[in-house]
Amino acid sequence: MESAVLAEAAAMPWRRRVSERSLHAEGRLWTLWSAGVLLTFGLPAALLIWIEPLAAPASAIFLGHGLAVLHVQARRGAKGVKPIGAATEGPQRTALGLLGDLVGHRSRDLLERTGLALEPGRLGTWLIGQEGAILVRPGGHRVHCFCVRVGEGDDLPPADRVAHLLLALREDEEGFATVANRNFSGASWRLRMQLPLHTQGALRSARVVAS
Amino acid sequence: MSRLIRLDRAGHTDLASWTAGDEEAQRAAVEVFRRELDDGMLASATLPDGSAEVVRELPLDAELVVMRRPIAGG
Repeated sequence: MESAVLAEAAAMPWRRRVSERSLHAEGRLWTLWSAGVLLTFGLPAALLIWIEPLAAPASAIFLGHGLAVLHVQARRGAKGVKPIGAATEGPQRTALGLLGDLVGHRSRDLLERTGLALEPGRLGTWLIGQEGAILVRPGGHRVHCFCVRVGEGDDLPPADRVAHLLLALREDEEGFATVANRNFSGASWRLRMQLPLHTQGALRSARVVAS
Repeated sequence: MSRLIRLDRAGHTDLASWTAGDEEAQRAAVEVFRRELDDGMLASATLPDGSAEVVRELPLDAELVVMRRPIAGG
């Protein structure tokens, strides 16, 4: 057996390799950004009410705009992960069978119910979809959302796309996170609000494993 | 029984299988494995603890070796 460096990550030497420390720093940056958005919209709104209480509706609209920005960010994270649908027949059924074997008994039920594969790792607990992954950090309070997909995978059944990402993650977790693009980091409740109902259960399970 | 499979549009395709004593099957598997690598596929060997490892040579003692395509940031 050879070294466990993801080939795709090795081909991107300009990217700083993701680590526990870099994820922590990224999380803090996202929190600062979110606080900045709230302050940018919240302070003028409060000031306007202080100057003229009758302007409260205008202030509320202004503050709502700021909250909408935060919602849009979380929604981008939620949409990126793309769960797989139910197996019908043919290739998707075959692919789902293999994926079920790969995730094992523990995560198979969750995969069938939510369309996301749960995989515990060193950086936290992962939920993997067709074109992205969610990392629930230890403690379960913060999530990082990643956009990552099979390079030329348009012809692949959805479950096969998840299997590709799962294998890459297992080969090299930090390398997997290095190759992926980030699209959201924040409190897990913010992401939960944007996830479809049937995938919220996956996030709950991942939080339980992560905490 | 060890297996070499490729993830593809059919779900997956069995490329080769071999046992510890079957040298002819092992040679055939190694040949197929190298051809897949030359086609740009990556190989992932599933380890007994459930993790996976990137391999450039076919590990004949692995139960399952999966050929996959490269991933990229979305």
